[in-house]
Amino acid sequence: MPQHDYIELHQKRFGKRLDTEERARKKAARQPHELAEKAQNLKGLKAKMFNKERFKEKALMKKQMLAHEEKDIEVNVEDVKDGAVPTYLLDREQQQQSKVLTNMLKQKRQEKAGKWDVPIAKVKQMSEGEMFQVIESGKRKQKSWKRRINKVCFVPETFTRKPPKFERYIRPTGLRFKKANVTHPELQNYFQLAFIGCQEKSIICLIYYTWFLEVNVSELGLVTQTGKVIWSKYAQVTNNPELDGCINATLLV
Amino acid sequence: MDQTKKKIKTNTITLLPPDTRVFVTLFNPYGEEAQKSLELSVNTTKEELQQILQSLVKTEEDQVYTFFHNNIELVDTLNQLIASDPEYKLENTFSLTYHPQSLFRIQPITRQTAALEGHEQPVLCVQFRTHGDVLATGSGDTTIRLWDMLTETPIATLKGHRNWVLCLAWSPDCKYIASGSHDGQVCIWDVETNQLKGQPLIGHTKWVTSIAWQPMHLDEECTLVASSSKDGSVRIWSRTSLSCLISINAHQKAITKMLWGGQGYIYTASEDTTIGVWNKSGKRVQELKGHGHWVNSIALHTDYTLRCACFSEGNIEINRKQAKVLYDKMLSGKNERLVSASDDQTLMLWEYTSSKPKVRMTGHQQQVNHVQFSPDGRYIVSASFDKSLRIWDGYNGNWIATLRGHVGSVYQVSWSSDSRYMLSASKDSTLKLWSLQKKKLAFDLPGHADEVYAVDWAPIGGEKAGSGGKDRRVKIWRH
Repeated sequence: MPQHDYIELHQKRFGKRLDTEERARKKAARQPHELAEKAQNLKGLKAKMFNKERFKEKALMKKQMLAHEEKDIEVNVEDVKDGAVPTYLLDREQQQQSKVLTNMLKQKRQEKAGKWDVPIAKVKQMSEGEMFQVIESGKRKQKSWKRRINKVCFVPETFTRKPPKFERYIRPTGLRFKKANVTHPELQNYFQLAFIGCQEKSIICLIYYTWFLEVNVSELGLVTQTGKVIWSKYAQVTNNPELDGCINATLLV
Repeated sequence: MDQTKKKIKTNTITLLPPDTRVFVTLFNPYGEEAQKSLELSVNTTKEELQQILQSLVKTEEDQVYTFFHNNIELVDTLNQLIASDPEYKLENTFSLTYHPQSLFRIQPITRQTAALEGHEQPVLCVQFRTHGDVLATGSGDTTIRLWDMLTETPIATLKGHRNWVLCLAWSPDCKYIASGSHDGQVCIWDVETNQLKGQPLIGHTKWVTSIAWQPMHLDEECTLVASSSKDGSVRIWSRTSLSCLISINAHQKAITKMLWGGQGYIYTASEDTTIGVWNKSGKRVQELKGHGHWVNSIALHTDYTLRCACFSEGNIEINRKQAKVLYDKMLSGKNERLVSASDDQTLMLWEYTSSKPKVRMTGHQQQVNHVQFSPDGRYIVSASFDKSLRIWDGYNGNWIATLRGHVGSVYQVSWSSDSRYMLSASKDSTLKLWSLQKKKLAFDLPGHADEVYAVDWAPIGGEKAGSGGKDRRVKIWRH
């Protein structure tokens, strides 16, 4: 290391050597070879220190190279975003509505992929003991022909009770529901939809975990390919409504 | 007046005896008196009234007229029409309004003839060339495609935009297309060579919301085109020099729609609830204030006339002189009527001379998205997010009918060129054809797999209609 600037002083007074440029160039050309030799042959503490320096240098170099490359990249057409909307919808936040899902091809493709596999067990068969609670009646509580329904049930609007003395099945009013919280599997939206009935058109319409409901979907505005408006769809129950106090279901699309 | 009149009962209608004479006042479509008390026999037919009108008012020889009393049409004789009005007394004058009738009838659209594939992203705008032989569609995949309507096959793909093509407009002579995109660029395409003219025109800082050419009768060479943008400015570009002539900082907020009217004024509807009226040198002529929320769409009663300026039925050649003649006839000495539709669920009828609206039309229950005058300027139809369309009188804004049937928001609406049918495109993926005379649904046109964003009915020749939507298909419909 030169102490003070005697080298520069000499160069000012007498000029540089005639071959300074060439010597400097050749020296610079030797640098990578010397560095490589060091990197390969150093050992011990010196090696550790050298490697640390080298690592930092390399990181810097990489950043610079990337920066240079960025200048060369042309603007791709692929940078265009998806979800093109016309001008009148641009400034509006549109609620994601359920699309027309009866497109045959789309359905088939997705059925194969199992995208709509809902993690519910298959339909359970309920035993009578689970569904009904025996109610004893009579002066000595010996008659046991009455049953109280334990599960949530659906009563149609035209339903009228039989005279209490003769009715076999008691439907508690607390367990009568008209609306269900239905999730759309694709959109993860909840809708509160009135339901129309059960899958089986029986006298007693019970609703329990894994059973099927028919729900009124007219407010979703779904239309088939042929132009008919869809007003009812099936949904499968996903909770225990008699324990929770509400019915949660997923729409079967 | 013979007081001892005998009423002859025919079914349930009470007709006056054939020798009675009534006083009739004729009104022109604007509601002004054309001719005061005319004494006519009750058995006057439509043809006789036509002849009387032709002798009184200066009309063209082959223009047919229809006569109305309280919006009920005169079908057989004057007697029938009088019978339909229970409040009429013989002492009063009977008012008859005449309206010019279009000579041709367009067949209603009933079926789909083609589903054109090609676009890779939703189709955002659709417009027929005035003669209905070429359809231009702009899409989110940054291209504009031209489709030949005779064979229903693609002609060309116009590439040049770098972002979604939001709006496009054919020039009045249909030799050029101007289009605007989501990055604020405007491109002018030469249709004869299907090439971009020069470079995309840069200037707007945000997306282009609408494009309008200067009407042909103001400039026969169609050199000027204006574009409006979300950044609140209107730029007027020259097609020949491919540069921006003027940039008008029209509004502080976005301009949703812009029209270049036939009287030379540019109307800009903005999200700042006002409509600006500008002349092409950039000076503001009027500010139309009245709406309470964003103004979504505007329409002029001369829209159709300006679009078909130099073309006519059955003649492919351009007749540039004809544009002025047709326009003056449509205007008939008055000012252009402008109707605006807003997010405040009302429509308003304006003339540029006053900053206050002439009529305020209420009735919709949600934002009104699109509004169109009928080609003859008699009716206005408005499409709203409340799933209904409403028909209003084009002269005084009176509500005529509500058309229900859609199950999703109605996005756009288009008229047939004889003003008898309307085609509406909706979020529920269907198009519906509505009859004006019956004021109800004529045909249901399902077929799209997703929301329909744009619809257009060919102006001259009116055989085909085209629609495009989120399902990336362009569908062609006809009778």
